[in-house]
Amino acid sequence: MSARLLPHPLMTLLIAGLWVVVVARHTPGSLVMGLLVGLVVPVLVRGFWTDRPVARRPRRALALGVRVLADIVVANVEVARLVLGPVKRLRPALLEVPLDLSSPYVATILASIVSLTPGTVSVDIDMAGRRLLVHALHAPDPEAVIATIRRRYEAPLKEIFGC
Amino acid sequence: MLSLALALAFALVGLAIALTLWRLLAGPTLADRILALDTLAINAIALVLLAGLALGTRAYFEAALLLAMTGFVGTVALAKYRLGGGLID
Amino acid sequence: MGTAVSEILVSLLLLVGGAFTLIGAIGLARLPDFPMRLHGPTKATTLGVGAIVVAAMVHTSVTNGRLSLQELAISLFLFITAPVVAHVLAKAARAERETPRGGDDPAGRG
Repeated sequence: MSARLLPHPLMTLLIAGLWVVVVARHTPGSLVMGLLVGLVVPVLVRGFWTDRPVARRPRRALALGVRVLADIVVANVEVARLVLGPVKRLRPALLEVPLDLSSPYVATILASIVSLTPGTVSVDIDMAGRRLLVHALHAPDPEAVIATIRRRYEAPLKEIFGC
Repeated sequence: MLSLALALAFALVGLAIALTLWRLLAGPTLADRILALDTLAINAIALVLLAGLALGTRAYFEAALLLAMTGFVGTVALAKYRLGGGLID
Repeated sequence: MGTAVSEILVSLLLLVGGAFTLIGAIGLARLPDFPMRLHGPTKATTLGVGAIVVAAMVHTSVTNGRLSLQELAISLFLFITAPVVAHVLAKAARAERETPRGGDDPAGRG
């Protein structure tokens, strides 16, 4: 179980699970094949994973995942309303969200969450300046949007990964 | 009822594809066209899945999955091209 | 077993999925500048196709009499790639604003 042979156990499980699901033959053979692929692929792509923070609080991570999924649905209803409503009344804004996160890996997770949820798309991550550039579709109060992102997504991520 | 819902879904996705095609032709920037192409690929996935439902076959699943994968790689490659530099860096 | 219930569920999912796919395209077509247009396809279209995927999943599961999860792989893939696409395109659009090409309107306000 050394870090060299098994650099990413979760990814191994994910690949194996995905393999079984896609092949759609739920036999022991396909599970073995999936595990084999899951073991080989992480070793091959090891060079791309420069830093690998570990989720220290898996249950918190699950809660965040559920929250993000719920937010995606809510966000879509909200965006649908904005898109179908009068375009002239939209106040798009480019926001700078200061980052507390020090790991680029975790910052990327935050950027992806921001892209999938309420009327915001992350445009750029500036790790040197510790900020996330976010475009909001409708932000009459930019400060409130920034505060929401920091409280709702960044704080839990910081807690989960501890960095 | 299912056939009615299927017909309506076909109409909605078809309309979406028409609008996306319009954006693809109108541009005005290259980024707009790349975004339109990506959306077109995703809409095509929806259409393929609907076709699979309508024809009652599962053979279309692989086509949809392949569209998702090639669509994504194509979009990233085009965006990378616009950003300048090599495709791999 | 509850085929009527599953039929209602599949029909509902198909309609919701189609509607969100269309809303994404409407956003792409009618919003005034590129960063705003980015919002429609990344969110609404992803969720719309996701709903159609779930509809297909429920339908094949019920007709075949066993759970069919493989359609979920499509949705999973789309949800993972959507932010990446939004990110590279936003970057490409910024590059475009700095070095506009002939014929294209750099501000993106057709």
